[in-house]
Amino acid sequence: MTQTPVIDSAVNPPVAAAPAAVDVPMMRLHVKILRFNPETDKKAHWVTYDMEAQPGDRMVDVLNEIKWYKETGLAFRRSCQHGICGSDAMLINGRNRLACKTLVRDVAKDGGTVTVEPIRGLKVEKDLLVDMEPFFDAYRAIMPYFIHPTPFPAKEQYQSEANAEKMAHSSNCILCACCTTSCPIFWVNGSYIGPAALVQAHRFIFDTRDEAKQQRLGVVNQNTGVWRCRTAYNCTEACPRGIPITQLIEEVKREVMFGQS
Amino acid sequence: MHHRYDVIVVGAGGAGLMSALYAAKGGVSVACISKLYPTRSHTGAAQGGIGAALGNIQEDHWEWHMFDTVKGGDYLTDQDAAEVFSKDIIDVVYELEHMGLPFSRTPEGKIAQRKFGGHTRDFGKAAVERSCYAKDRTGHMILQTLYQQNVKEGTLFFNEFHVTDLLIENGRCTGVVAYELSTGELHTFHAKAVILAAGGYGRVFKITSNALTLTGDLMSIYYRKGLPLEDMEFYQFHPTGLAKLGILVTEGIRGEGGILRNSNLERFMERYAPSIKDLAPRDIVARSMTTEIREGRGVGKDKDAIYIDLTHLPREVIEGKLAEITDLARTYLGQDPVKDLVMVQPTAHYAMGGIPTDLNGLCLSDGNGGSIEGLYAAGEQACVSLHGANRLGTNSLGDLVVFGRRAGKYAAEYARQVEFGDLPDDPEADSRQEFERLRTSNGKENAAGIRKDLQETMMKNVGIFRNGKDMAYQVEYIKELKARYANVAVADPSRKYNSELIEALETGFLLDCAEAMASSAVNRTESRGAHDREDFHSRDDVNWLKHTMAYKDLNSPDNVIIGYKPVALKGFTRSFEPKPRVY
Repeated sequence: MTQTPVIDSAVNPPVAAAPAAVDVPMMRLHVKILRFNPETDKKAHWVTYDMEAQPGDRMVDVLNEIKWYKETGLAFRRSCQHGICGSDAMLINGRNRLACKTLVRDVAKDGGTVTVEPIRGLKVEKDLLVDMEPFFDAYRAIMPYFIHPTPFPAKEQYQSEANAEKMAHSSNCILCACCTTSCPIFWVNGSYIGPAALVQAHRFIFDTRDEAKQQRLGVVNQNTGVWRCRTAYNCTEACPRGIPITQLIEEVKREVMFGQS
Repeated sequence: MHHRYDVIVVGAGGAGLMSALYAAKGGVSVACISKLYPTRSHTGAAQGGIGAALGNIQEDHWEWHMFDTVKGGDYLTDQDAAEVFSKDIIDVVYELEHMGLPFSRTPEGKIAQRKFGGHTRDFGKAAVERSCYAKDRTGHMILQTLYQQNVKEGTLFFNEFHVTDLLIENGRCTGVVAYELSTGELHTFHAKAVILAAGGYGRVFKITSNALTLTGDLMSIYYRKGLPLEDMEFYQFHPTGLAKLGILVTEGIRGEGGILRNSNLERFMERYAPSIKDLAPRDIVARSMTTEIREGRGVGKDKDAIYIDLTHLPREVIEGKLAEITDLARTYLGQDPVKDLVMVQPTAHYAMGGIPTDLNGLCLSDGNGGSIEGLYAAGEQACVSLHGANRLGTNSLGDLVVFGRRAGKYAAEYARQVEFGDLPDDPEADSRQEFERLRTSNGKENAAGIRKDLQETMMKNVGIFRNGKDMAYQVEYIKELKARYANVAVADPSRKYNSELIEALETGFLLDCAEAMASSAVNRTESRGAHDREDFHSRDDVNWLKHTMAYKDLNSPDNVIIGYKPVALKGFTRSFEPKPRVY
């Protein structure tokens, strides 16, 4: 694309990016899904669907296409379809991802196969849909709410930009469970509260306004807590929000050691 | 299964969670029913901020916010609602901060604020920093914070329960019926008061920022009872959705200085809104973009998009304050806002209309002051009417928490004073019948196919620019779709997690919303706010300064009866005379 006009207020004229992948030919792909219907199946089994998709399509678009027009019984969760609601965590080509933040071209070549399975470590209820209750139990265990018995000022509490920024990563969590269900310690020991709950603990422990830091450090210091982490880094690699989870867990560990009174 | 709570909240987004907190504060038993896990609600997708006249950056007053809201709504806004809102929202933002919401901060540590479309100082003189934000994930932080507070208070949640019916006997609501997705069982929830907060219906359109689950369920259920939906013709197209996908790109990008450009790279908003340019309200910007596209100055392969230019902004601003949309543009379009122009197009975003309520959230049964005892509504699915003919950016999050709080408070107050009402003999009968019909039908129609046809035609015929001919066609076409819907069959026989059955039901809800919308739109022969008619160019205050009330004709279900409700042209202490709306 050639463009010459002058642009106000811009030092360097912006470059028009390549058009979105709308004019690229369709790809063929085999979508191999691990299916399980509790009403008819004794165990899970693979079913392959032959599909066409544009390279820039999301995997959730492909799954929707299957559900709407090929295999209407297929069960999976999804809602926002752009990575903010956290519904559609699944194992795609062996890696935990959100189906809505995974583009077809990043997981398959033309004529290739993509495998889709439920996330691990939580009971499979049906197809790609798992029981999320244990995950939310762990979340609730770390007291995931602001605690501040002291009366508030009439307006807002002041907080420095630097202190607010300490929560930038941890408050970005969407509770999708990609991290926790990629953690080998969690697979082996379901009583470990897991990375997602620790990220939530970090969010409050490092909130300079919160008044229950010592209680929270006590919770994460229990034998189901932060010391179970063996820094495998799976969680960091799995996070669709780019949260440096292992680093946050390390910060919580340091705080337990040096910040506990 | 049978349950009994003083107050039932339907929906667990911003309005539902806020009303659940306030109902519980009122000392009554509360349960919240949601078709999703609460943190999946679409409040989380809101990005840019929540407007309140805190005056943290420059002088601001609630009266200015009220004026902007009324003018932004093209004077169809009820001014009593706008006054309550503009005052209450200041207090509610401080309350959210006291709940721990991690707002972005000013250098001196106050809640940070930025400019947003249509928000001005001194009654329209210039843009003002009014939007309180947490980076560009303000909705996410509101949703998380309110859920956290509900966990703290021990609110009881019924997750993945789909409400299928409202129980209304003799003008009083006595509960709801819900379908449990994991088992396929119906449940009756007996209640003294019910609060509806189940969100909008953006999925009537093909290109939308709305989640797949936003299918207008409770609006439709209300409407099927012969009760009115207000101002359904007013539907907001957000100017900046990611091209082809419709995913929201916050107005905060323009608040931070982003510029819309056409294929000549011209800053075309200078021609449409000379004083506030790219920060004009959404209806005006969306129309201006569409006009540029229609006149051949669109960009992209199909020349149906517009550029948003952030390249003159510092990388720290783009990757810091606008991190969310930077990630979205890079992920889905492969366009990096730091150095590339990003392609956007208007996307169906927000319903100004919905279930009519009074200022306390009480649901109205007609345009003459009638109401349904014990039934409250708040949030996008309600119409109070704060937004009139066009909602200002940031006022949706404000609406959720201000009117969610009020609905929770007044529902609890009511529930404390009354006994449980009587339930019908078989409360689940209608829901059971509808499910059985869908399960056992030998029809040949696929609900997904009907929904697709609906979405494509609504986009074309009841979209940004409208005319009588296309809308009249759409009204007839929806009748055809309803006839096809009567032959929908659900192929999946399973009881557990039968999401095909639910999607079929949701498609039926969408058809009702579309019917009310298209019928209301074709009836209103003027242009006002988001309702822009090529065959009736001007606003007509003489004939049309009134709210539409659309009723399903229960004697002839394809027929829609249109009534009206007066606009509240006076606030409690301030009022603004209707004037031509220029920016």
